[in-house]
Amino acid sequence: MRILVAMSGGVDSSVVAGLLAEQGHDVIGATLQLYDHGAAVQKKGACCAGQDIHDARDVADRLGIPHYVLDRESRFRDAVIGDFADSYARGETPIPCVRCNQTVKFQDLVALAKDLGCEALATGHYARRVEGPDGPELRRAADPARDQSYFLFATTREQLAFARFPLGDMPDKAAVRREAVRLGLAVAEKPDSQDICFVPSGRYHDLVAKLRPEAAESGEIVDREGHVLGRHQGMARYTVGQARGLGLPGEAGLRVAALDPARRRVVVAPAASIPVTSVPVGEVNWLSEPPAVAFRAEAKFRAREVPQPVTAVWDAEARRLIVTPDQPVISAPGQGCVLYDGDRVLGGGFIRPGRVAPVDASAPAA
Amino acid sequence: MSLYLDANATEPLRPEARAVALAAMELVGNPSSVHADGRAARRVLEEARSRVAARFGGSARDVVFTSGGTEANALAIISLRQGRRVLVGATEHPAVLRAAEGAGMLPVLPDGTLDLAALEAALASGGPALVCLMVANNETGVIHPVAEAAAICRRHGAALHLDAVQAAGRMPLDFASSGAESMALSGHKLGGPKGAGALLLRPGLDLAPLIAGGGQERGRRGGTEALPAIAGLGAAAEAADPAAAARLTLLRDAIEAGLGLPVAGSGAPRLPNTSCVILPGAPAETQVIALDLAGMRVSAGSACSSGKVARSPGLAAMGLGDAAGEAIRISLPWNAPADAAARFVEAHAAMRERLALRRAG
Repeated sequence: MRILVAMSGGVDSSVVAGLLAEQGHDVIGATLQLYDHGAAVQKKGACCAGQDIHDARDVADRLGIPHYVLDRESRFRDAVIGDFADSYARGETPIPCVRCNQTVKFQDLVALAKDLGCEALATGHYARRVEGPDGPELRRAADPARDQSYFLFATTREQLAFARFPLGDMPDKAAVRREAVRLGLAVAEKPDSQDICFVPSGRYHDLVAKLRPEAAESGEIVDREGHVLGRHQGMARYTVGQARGLGLPGEAGLRVAALDPARRRVVVAPAASIPVTSVPVGEVNWLSEPPAVAFRAEAKFRAREVPQPVTAVWDAEARRLIVTPDQPVISAPGQGCVLYDGDRVLGGGFIRPGRVAPVDASAPAA
Repeated sequence: MSLYLDANATEPLRPEARAVALAAMELVGNPSSVHADGRAARRVLEEARSRVAARFGGSARDVVFTSGGTEANALAIISLRQGRRVLVGATEHPAVLRAAEGAGMLPVLPDGTLDLAALEAALASGGPALVCLMVANNETGVIHPVAEAAAICRRHGAALHLDAVQAAGRMPLDFASSGAESMALSGHKLGGPKGAGALLLRPGLDLAPLIAGGGQERGRRGGTEALPAIAGLGAAAEAADPAAAARLTLLRDAIEAGLGLPVAGSGAPRLPNTSCVILPGAPAETQVIALDLAGMRVSAGSACSSGKVARSPGLAAMGLGDAAGEAIRISLPWNAPADAAARFVEAHAAMRERLALRRAG
């Protein structure tokens, strides 16, 4: 079948393209040019396309498949970079990879793939798509260390039906690299990408400061009662639960408890008081039928953590999910909250600010 | 079977050019050497120079060979802009725009042709000027009113540089009577090998080299000449008879009639081989990829080394708005087969049907 493969130039998506081509599919490679690489590394005259784009082209040439570079700079700027800065300005901690998957990757590439007569879109994500009784299900990757299902929670069911994740069953990254070697791909030993792709320097607050200056302005560090304890160098440098960079004298035990964008304040509190008993979640995408009553599940409140047992309730009318973990958790507004039933992703959304009452598992849903 | 319809990116090699380029590759001598082998190489070089001069109406001694159209444009503009302000057409090629950085932009009319009133106004005040104008546009094939622009330049004492990279071989050109100081050409756009271009200069014009080197090309372009590519350029120039290009007009018109879509610059005189067709609502990128997968080699926007399909600033300058991102360029090569129009129209219809079904569903 004709398959569009989103090729980043890294080893994972290169192996995907190679495996599918080897299986005899009619593979088309597409690489998104998302930002001006020359500008991002602040090197005058550097090409807008980074090394990754050249690597993707080389891999496609090696595999003998057609390959196209898609200019998505303005789309990415609006949908991902703009949202990233806005999120910090709202006192949140954004996850741009989710926004990128949601918009530029799955929304746009699925549309392009269909326009080109493709029957599927394949990516190098570590996740599994399994045909279930009620249609395709999104599941965690076989390798828990690489699992990226958390970043895919915003993929719609229609997009999931069209998507393929050939690396989901790989036992580990080493196996993927071995496949790359076997396929003769020059990127086999390429290091994994780090951090946020559009800020290769890692100094993301410079970018936020340029787009949303207010998020970089200094302000007060206060305790929950409003006592001023010090000053911060811009809210965008902080996330809930953070202990570093507060610069408080004798800061022992104090951590960021909340960000107050209206007053440009960073609120701190003793570490033990940061975890919350219940988390409000909005912009929810369901990859299963949400139960009408409170239900048990596991949840991740950030990318790098093990799913933990929770009780959740879905208010279909208000389109709001409330998740009550068995043990209090640190939750940062803007991050994703993803619900799992074992390996299966049930759905997920973005953590909203504010505190909510815990769900009583015995009570019926509103 | 694929169908090559991207001649404005590069023309297929002409057999005449291939034959002389291959022969030149066998020559051992350096055209600058004093011995017999050097003289043999120089003979081939000067033969190419004469052919270029003969085809385009220059004098052979004022033809400077370069690495290509980009260098020919840069050599002229960077040298001629000394002591002059620069004015460029809004739809010029990046090869000109980048060499003319900081230049004033001359608008084009909605049909893509240079706004002569704006040129007149721009030259009416201000110091000595260099005007850079393409004879024909790479994306639309629109032919600019070069004679009228030259008359305006002459009246105001402005120097004129012509970028004839797309026009050469596809329409009659006579540099000697054009009134321009210089005119740039590219070998591979004539059907020669890639890697050679030429700059025609008004007799007597003194030009500072970009690369001084060993003083080749009468001190105007240093470095040993790329003899095979230059010899091929000469042969291609001779073979590229504009009268033969008129055959392509029929094919182009058949394509446009078969598609029944808006054509950018259709109200202006155009090159016989070029058609810039707008499919409303369909991103140019999608069209180019879909057609490529169907074996139809067309292009859109300006090619970048990354290979991405970028929105066309030239079409935006014509006031096309969103349509600037929905236009593809079909440019027929000199050897386009007789069934090119029918085959392209059929492939395009299949693509359109799929896109329409998708939009409806």
